[in-house]
Parts: sequence; C-alpha cells; structure tokens
Amino acid sequence: MASQSGIRRAPGQSPDALHGGVASERLETVFREEWSRVLATLIGVLGDFELAEDALQDAIAIALERWPSDGTPENPGAWLIATARNRAIDRIRRERTLARKTELLQRLTELESQEDSDEPVPDERLSLIFTCCHPALAPEAQVALTLRSVGGLTTTEIARAFLVPETTMGQRLVRAKRKIRDAGVPFRVPPEHLLPERLDAVLAVLYLVFNEGYVGTSAGRLVRGDLCEEAIRLAKLLAVLMPDEPEALGLLALMLFHDSRRAARIAADGSLILLEDQDRSLWNRERIAEGDRVLTRGRGLGTYRIQAEIAAVHAHAAHPGETDWRRIVELYDELVALAPSPVVELNRAAAIAMAEGLDSGLTLIDRIEGLDDYYLLHAARADLLRRGGRHEEAAASYRRALELATNPVERSFFERRLAEVG
Amino acid sequence: MQYALLIYGEEGRWEQLSEAEQQAMTEEYMAISRDPKTKGGADLGDLSKATTVRVDNGKTLTTDGPFAETKEYLGGFYLIEADNLDEAIEVAGKIPAARTGGTIEVRPVVEH
Repeated sequence: MASQSGIRRAPGQSPDALHGGVASERLETVFREEWSRVLATLIGVLGDFELAEDALQDAIAIALERWPSDGTPENPGAWLIATARNRAIDRIRRERTLARKTELLQRLTELESQEDSDEPVPDERLSLIFTCCHPALAPEAQVALTLRSVGGLTTTEIARAFLVPETTMGQRLVRAKRKIRDAGVPFRVPPEHLLPERLDAVLAVLYLVFNEGYVGTSAGRLVRGDLCEEAIRLAKLLAVLMPDEPEALGLLALMLFHDSRRAARIAADGSLILLEDQDRSLWNRERIAEGDRVLTRGRGLGTYRIQAEIAAVHAHAAHPGETDWRRIVELYDELVALAPSPVVELNRAAAIAMAEGLDSGLTLIDRIEGLDDYYLLHAARADLLRRGGRHEEAAASYRRALELATNPVERSFFERRLAEVG
Repeated sequence: MQYALLIYGEEGRWEQLSEAEQQAMTEEYMAISRDPKTKGGADLGDLSKATTVRVDNGKTLTTDGPFAETKEYLGGFYLIEADNLDEAIEVAGKIPAARTGGTIEVRPVVEH
C-alpha cells in the first residue's frame, strides 16, 4: 500500500516504477482507503486473517492489471470484496481438510447473497481493531497487526518503522494471525462487560504507535514521524467508529496537540528541544485547532482527555512565561485522583515547581517512591536544581539520568545540560 | 472449540488455607466440574505422588518427582467447551487458584 508518506515506500522502489505513473499512485490511495474495510468484511466471513489477506492481495493484483485500462469501478470496495471472494473460493478448493472447506464455502455463499441485497455491507472495522488488539496477543504483535490490517501498511514498512528485520516482522505477523485462528480469538466488538478493559488495550496500542514515531523521530530518522501520522489516522477512525467514547476523542486530541510540536522539538542537528525552548511559531496551528475541536466534542473524565487538556494549556501559551501552570496543576490533581501512579506524581511535582516554586516541587519529587530507576525522575530533579542554581546537585542528577536513559537524542540532551552545569 | 485449562499452583499453598477456605474453594471447583460446558478434568494432587517416565533405546527410565522442578506445578486441569477464547478466559478467571497466587494456562485443543 503506497501513499504519500515515507514509511510506505522504500527508496528507489516507488510504485510508479512498478506499475507506471500517476494512475497507479492514485490506485494505491484507493486500495489504502478501502483496505481495512474490505479486509474486515472478508475476515468476518472467512474467520481467518491469513486467508482473507491473501485473497485481498490477489484481488488488488487483478485490479492493478485491469483498472488502468478498464477504468476504476464505481464502488471499488464492493469490487474488491467480490473479486477477493472468488479468489478465496479458489484458495479454499485447494484446502486439504474437507470439513473446513465445506464450512468456508458455505460462508462465502452467504456473503454473495448479502451482496445481492440492497443492504450495504456492514462495516466490521471495529471488530477488526478489537481483534488485532486482543490481550492474548503479545503487545508488539498487537501493534504490528493493527498497522498491517487496519492501517494497511506492508510488512516491509512496519519492519522499517520498528527497526527490526523484515523476516522477524513477517514471522511476528504470521504467528499472530495463526494464534487468532487456532486459539479462537473472537472477531467482534467485545460485549459490554469486557469493553472498558479491551478499549484500554486498543487505545494503548494506538498511543504506542504514536509514541514510537514521536520519541523515535530525529533528523536522520524522519521515517518514524510517519508513525505519528498513521496513529492519528487510526485514532480518527476509532473516533468515527466509537463516537460516544470520550477516551477515543481524548486520545485523538492528545496526539494532535503533541504532533503540533513535532517540527519544533528537534533541532537541525537532531538534538532535542524542550517545550520552553521551542520556537512556537513552528507549532502546527492547524493541528492545535483540530485538537481544540476534538476536545469540545468529548465529555467526561478520562486519563487521555486530561492529558490532552494539559497539552492544550501549553499549546495556547504564546510564550513559556504565559503558561497557566495553576490550571496544569489542577489537571494533574484530577489525573492523580483518577489514575494514581508515581509517573503522574512526578509530572504533577514538576508542574507545582513551576506554579509555586522550585522547592515545593523538589520536596514532592523526593517523596516519590518506586521511581529511582526512572531516568525522567532524575532529569526532572536535575532541571529544577539547575533552575535554582544548585549546579553541583543538578550535575549529579544529570549523571544519574544518563546512566539510565537509552534514547540517543535524549542522552545527548542530558550531556549538553551536564556540560552547562558542570 | 475445546480448551484445556491447566491449573498451576505453588507447592504448599493449599495447605496454608484454613479448613473453611479449603471447603469453600472445593465447592467452587465442584461447581465448575458440574457445569455442562465442562467436558472433563482432574485434580492431580501434589508433586509428592508424581513419577516421571522416559524410554531410552527401548528401556523404560522411571524417576521420582515431576518432569521439571519449578516453583509452580501443574495441579489439575479442566477440559471445557467454549465458543471462543474470551469465553474460555472467563471460565479460567473463575478458577480459585487464579486469584490465590496460581496461574491458569488456557490451551486450545487441536482437532484432528
């Protein structure tokens, strides 16, 4: 599935070169738009991710052959479903197990009668999302399968984005698809009593994709920024499919606000620029306005929503000095009440330091338990000490943060700060 | 589909429970056994009764004790009929061992 974004295409391997010209570029966009909906319908019928995906790949190959000369059908999705169904029948005829063969062919006949009626084919993308994020799959498999099945990214693209060999990613995907089939992971939106916990898992996967792109972005690795775009696209889809779910909107808003700063948070040399040092004219106003609009649509309290509101406070401060830290502390109070954790306590302490004074913040940080091995605790402590002019103590905390941090961009930031105070 | 729910527990854990607790839990285990969706199962007792058998070049090698010496051991299992993995997970969650430090491994039965 190629499109405008860079992760979709290996250098020197543009689909234009493969299929000739602008027309195929447009087709790739069509396929990408239709991919998850068509795949979800096929999986719903076949109950088998691998078979559905293979059949859809076949259908796309046929479309690439025929559409450029015959023209794109009026309803490309319906065409792809019908063609993939026929391809699936061919594939099933080669199946060895007779019982399975009979059952699958029966289901495909049902799909055909569905198509003949005037009823629109039901949208099963939400079932697809929930199945890809089922907790019986390992987290990295959930992420990969969501990007492949819902996002329509190729195995190569996902492997590149997550910096793992393509064969590893391929195996991960195959194993996940087979586990879904063989362990009987249901293809459905979970029933009411399971929904809150399963929705959390879905949101966590989308946020993980976003963060992988956000934290992993640097001048030399722009490729990963596309994961942010993809995560936003998926979050928008989820918000459309679950319009009454406040946390789906909360997560989308949070991503939009964070993403608005993407161009401002990394310097030309690849080093990290903190929020207060960023050139705010580089912030993407469109993204911020979109985040605002999403926030007004949602209601109710949720952890993503509160974090989005905190991000919104920052987004609306024209200068760091204008940041409404008291409002941010209030929001962290809500967050601590809703989902207490040492990491939230740490963020709250940092906000209190800005709202009430460095010492209040430092006292709170030193009271947090269980985060001694968390590099951001030492980084936050170091930062407050540096601001208070306590350079020696700050240097000690930066050194501790450096011992624990692994991300090269963040590490070089701490090294720079250490040099400043040391 | 059929699923095996393998119940792993820590040795000595059951003995630490009071008689009343043991009784209440036994009743819970019996209730799962009686469920029409439960197709089979067994209480395998403790490790002291385990014997391990291998055959090497036609010769049977018998040793005392379990296959592997681990802190958690297989103490029993159920064989259940369930529509899907979610349903099997729900049954697994009702097994008392799951909330008293034990672990339930859910394994789909392969059909041949």
